[in-house]
Amino acid sequence: MSTPLLTLRDVQISFQGLQVVKDLSLTLHPGEILGLVGESGSGKSVTARSLLRLDEAAGATVTGTLAFKEFPNLLDLSEKEMRSLRGNRIALVLQDPMTSLNPVHRIGDQVAEVFRIHRGLRKREARAEAVKMLEAVGLPEPALRARTYPHQLSGGQRQRIGIAMALACEPDLLIADEPTTALDGTTQATILDLLRRLRNERDTTILFITHDLGIVSELCDRVAVLYGGHLVETGRANDVLSAPSHPYTRALLASVPRPNQVELSPIPGEPPVPGERPPGCPFAPRCPLAVAQCNTLPKMESRTGEHHQSACWQEGKGTS
Amino acid sequence: MTEALLTAGGLVKRFGPHFTAVREVSLEVAPGETLGIVGESGSGKSTLLRLLNGLYRADAGSIVFRTSELVGASTSDLRKTRRHVQMIFQDPYACLNPRMRVEEILTEPLKIHKISRKERKTRIREMLDAVQLPASALRRYPHEFSGGQRQRIGIARALVLRPELVLADEPVASLDVSVQAQVLNLLKDLQQEFGCAMIFVAHDLPVVQYVSDRISVMKAGELVETLPSRKLFDHPQHPYTQKLIDAVSSL
Repeated sequence: MSTPLLTLRDVQISFQGLQVVKDLSLTLHPGEILGLVGESGSGKSVTARSLLRLDEAAGATVTGTLAFKEFPNLLDLSEKEMRSLRGNRIALVLQDPMTSLNPVHRIGDQVAEVFRIHRGLRKREARAEAVKMLEAVGLPEPALRARTYPHQLSGGQRQRIGIAMALACEPDLLIADEPTTALDGTTQATILDLLRRLRNERDTTILFITHDLGIVSELCDRVAVLYGGHLVETGRANDVLSAPSHPYTRALLASVPRPNQVELSPIPGEPPVPGERPPGCPFAPRCPLAVAQCNTLPKMESRTGEHHQSACWQEGKGTS
Repeated sequence: MTEALLTAGGLVKRFGPHFTAVREVSLEVAPGETLGIVGESGSGKSTLLRLLNGLYRADAGSIVFRTSELVGASTSDLRKTRRHVQMIFQDPYACLNPRMRVEEILTEPLKIHKISRKERKTRIREMLDAVQLPASALRRYPHEFSGGQRQRIGIARALVLRPELVLADEPVASLDVSVQAQVLNLLKDLQQEFGCAMIFVAHDLPVVQYVSDRISVMKAGELVETLPSRKLFDHPQHPYTQKLIDAVSSL
């Protein structure tokens, strides 16, 4: 297999002493779409933002190794070096395209700004490039649309602008944090199509953060499932969705209503909040298979299927 | 079909001179039945619910609840009906008064509708049990609860008056997946227990199908199709319904 584009090793993230992500290790290969799945408070967004070192000003402490391309650890870079990576080599698309765009600037200028900052282009050239980007993300009449303001566009169109800005510098890594959650089903489908097409045309590597397992099955090559700040299962999306190994992944899949669903089996209780997490396996208090051993943290171990791993004491003892 | 509990005919709601949010909508709900309404954002689902409980005044059409006409009714007549028509909102963070304890939140509707002090106590205890919250919850404020628990409080507030019709506007949309299923099952169980009818509005097709007997599909202010819930995925008649189905991710 190719050299990883991104490797996280033993990453710990805490806010004011409160640990939100623990011992996280992940790899992402060039051209791959990895789904980072979890519920609110699982640590998925914080993990993604830590790659851009966005939350340090807000009091986040990140330790461990974030190896990216030629950089052995992003955490060792200066703020100036980070700034040259952000939006250039690593780009971010946020959930809400209404709040992430500047309401008082024309969208063409907002996309052009990326070219001016990172490519040093002049105004006119940058604008021309911006129009090309708008066309690439499938916005009709791009030259005309470049002159409009965010409020004049629909939610789906605004998200296309967000993606255009993120892809402007052909980043090595695109982080998409729930980019379709605020959109309607039919619009969501068109945005997922767009991301798939861009990956195929440009070989962009995508870290896709979502709570929606349906999106994982449609878009992602591999998936990493987070629960209570811990990685509980990872593997090829097909393997994990068709033969989930961790009790949490299994329970989560069973609690999503599907077409013609007659009965739903919910997971009892609620996800743990940081600071009130159990000492061992984070899922133990809600897990039907929990035993005394679950008070100590299980390690990730290989399961059936290529690179399919999960962290559970009970797994492999014939309980599934 | 038994006599309808609520019948709406030719409902119209305009906002300003150029925008019609609800166009000529007619629907019927039988006692104890769940009618699901699906549609995308901007289709007019929430506006329709707000017309039905009198939060908005309709520009045309009629809404008959049992035998009383609600369109054009006086505020005091509307209030009498509201006792029987209660609402569950989408955002369990926004719909509870942060400065009221749960006990006050649940008592307020009972006070407004002049239920005796003694009766209030029993009803509140009974509701708390029904939504599976501990008695200690009464002394606490909304911010002390998680999203799923807050939605249970919202459900308890709606049901404490023992309404005949519950209007639920995206009640699970802002909940975590693992909590969604709990609340859906709770809603179904409570509806059986209390025998109320429900209009359940949501954008998620499998969710709506799971709780509904019949489903209406709403698009640009109109109901384009109404069909039995079990036929939603297999026998949709309208091309727009098919389009919504195609966008449901296959898991």
